[in-house]
Amino acid sequence: MHLSPTLRISLLFLVIAIAALFFADIAITTANPWRDLGRFFLGVATPDFFSTEGLATALLRTVAFAFVGVALGGACGFLLSLIYRFYPVRIFCAFIRAIHELFWALIFLQFFGFHPLTGVLAIAIPYAGIFAKVYSEILEEADPGPARLLPPGTGLISTFLYTRIPDCWVQLRTYTAYRLECGLRSSAILGFVGLPTLGFYLETSFSQGLYSEAGAMLILFYVLIATIPLWVKPKLLPVYILGAPFFLGDGMPIIWGNVERFFTQDIIPAPLRDGEGLAELGSWFGDLMLTEALPGIWNTLLLTQIALVATGILTLLAFPLISNHFGGPIRRTSGHVFLVIARSTPEYILAYILLQLWGPSMLPAVVALALHNGGIIGHLIGRQTNTIQLRPDAPTGYRRYSWELVPRVYRSFLAFLFYRWEIIMRETAILGILGIYTLGFYVDSAIQQIRFDRAMVLILITALLNIGIDVLGRYIRRKLALQTMPTC
Amino acid sequence: MSGFKLSGLTASYGGERVIGPLSLDVNEGERVALVGKSGAGKSTLIKLIHDRVDGHASLVPQDLGLVNALPVFHNVFMGQLDTHPAWYNTLTLIRPFRKDREAVTGLLRELGMADKFWAPTASLSGGQRQRVAVARAIYRNANLLLADEPISALDGPLAHLVMKALSQRFATSIIALHDVEMALAYATRIVGIQDGQIALDESSNRLSAADIMPLY
Repeated sequence: MHLSPTLRISLLFLVIAIAALFFADIAITTANPWRDLGRFFLGVATPDFFSTEGLATALLRTVAFAFVGVALGGACGFLLSLIYRFYPVRIFCAFIRAIHELFWALIFLQFFGFHPLTGVLAIAIPYAGIFAKVYSEILEEADPGPARLLPPGTGLISTFLYTRIPDCWVQLRTYTAYRLECGLRSSAILGFVGLPTLGFYLETSFSQGLYSEAGAMLILFYVLIATIPLWVKPKLLPVYILGAPFFLGDGMPIIWGNVERFFTQDIIPAPLRDGEGLAELGSWFGDLMLTEALPGIWNTLLLTQIALVATGILTLLAFPLISNHFGGPIRRTSGHVFLVIARSTPEYILAYILLQLWGPSMLPAVVALALHNGGIIGHLIGRQTNTIQLRPDAPTGYRRYSWELVPRVYRSFLAFLFYRWEIIMRETAILGILGIYTLGFYVDSAIQQIRFDRAMVLILITALLNIGIDVLGRYIRRKLALQTMPTC
Repeated sequence: MSGFKLSGLTASYGGERVIGPLSLDVNEGERVALVGKSGAGKSTLIKLIHDRVDGHASLVPQDLGLVNALPVFHNVFMGQLDTHPAWYNTLTLIRPFRKDREAVTGLLRELGMADKFWAPTASLSGGQRQRVAVARAIYRNANLLLADEPISALDGPLAHLVMKALSQRFATSIIALHDVEMALAYATRIVGIQDGQIALDESSNRLSAADIMPLY
């Protein structure tokens, strides 16, 4: 039987995910999950906007951290993009973006403490790596013709400003605006490790069962993201960027002794620190690999593969919701609302909520990852189907879906999915902080036991795993000749 | 150095020789028209000469090389980027200086499109785009003009307007033209290209259209 390469790879991933399901820990462990879910939805339906004065502050801090972090990351990323053709720069950028914002925050928390710098750098560093890559890809696309026509002796800066930037300007602006939206999500979840942003207040409300308060925060967050085009205007940007640093809050002062101790003692592997020699280091590392790294990697891989396929399935189910080729305006409007909510909610918050309601297992993580990522890709694919012109006598209903639309969008669907593979894995690792046994769980426990040497090795392993998946994803996309623009 | 002596000009495309080997000497004050049917190698020859003179020439390439996202003014101003420091060029991107504005406006008026000063280049018609590229070449003010079909999208009066402007500004020029009448009207010397070789090289006042036709 002949199968197309795209179908073959899809089936392969499906089989892997089904096999992974047998090893994965999928369960609902709370006594009354549906009642809790009901209470949560009731809370969202009856939001209480005035219960705590902290709400406005939380939103303000969330926006401030996002602006400062993204602006700093964007500026550094832009400079890096200019020298991105050098191999060491590429490696460096791949490395800093392979470590999730929350991991960066956990690292900086250990020596800067709850200083605003922790939150700003946690966003700026990985974003700089991503900006560098995408900016350089955009700049490379510029037409090289005009630059060749310039009089000899034209300076580098003038050449760059006149022949590169104008051609790329719209794309650079669109992508930066998109990253700002991502930055708001990143900023919100930094609250879960104790920074004064939305996540912090959300966690507090949730743990006290104040669902109406939590509902109000979520609704305000959606409104904040949905109204970005209204309040982020080019003319206002300088005001925001210059003003944002003043709204980060004071936090705690940096104790420089901690910074020094962190680098000179804390992160040095224990056997070296205690002068026990290389043999001890070997067994220290072996123990770390066996008891923490390998189980962490195994669970991270399991969850990633299941979540990837679940994302794919959800995307294929969700894109008709906003496609012009089906149904009426009511369904499309509600489809848009569903997809906007799904993709605006950070997967970390989704996973946190579901974990509270269903108890610890991989299930909340899979559902959260699938909802968020499926929301993003479903939205993109749905919009793409709207540009397709069908013949007047094309079939309708399920046959239109399966014969006319899916075959047309399947390649870009796969392209987006493999593009997000690495992002899903990065998220999977981080969800361990919530108590799922992925790499993040072991990082978090090592930090809680004040064993930063172990935490750093585990973060390093996570980064390498992400880079590996990124390379594999790109290899598959190239092999299948799948083209896509960066989405996140 | 507006005239030049070039020898050993050759170019291959996909392993197949499209030009040369040929030699071309052009003296200062000569206005050369390159004629020949499409595919003969005129564009390749223009590019080769541009490379050989290290870019020290005003060039109007066939694809014009405009920055579509910039307005007409900046595309013309790009001809003199080398004469200003980087800060001056950067400020000009945001707000042009009066003296540059006036110089470019005068040039655009001469080419019949002063009203397009701020128009984004992407919004222009083919003929207008061609005139922007011509304006940039004139503004560049090099001693030598290399132009590849600079009037292909212009009709009658406009074509003459552009050719007149070019002959006034550049004493020495090499212009690829498919319009034989225009070539005879504006060039002092006609070089016919056939299969990558020079098949005709004669002063234009000794030629008539009928002498050139066999090349086509």
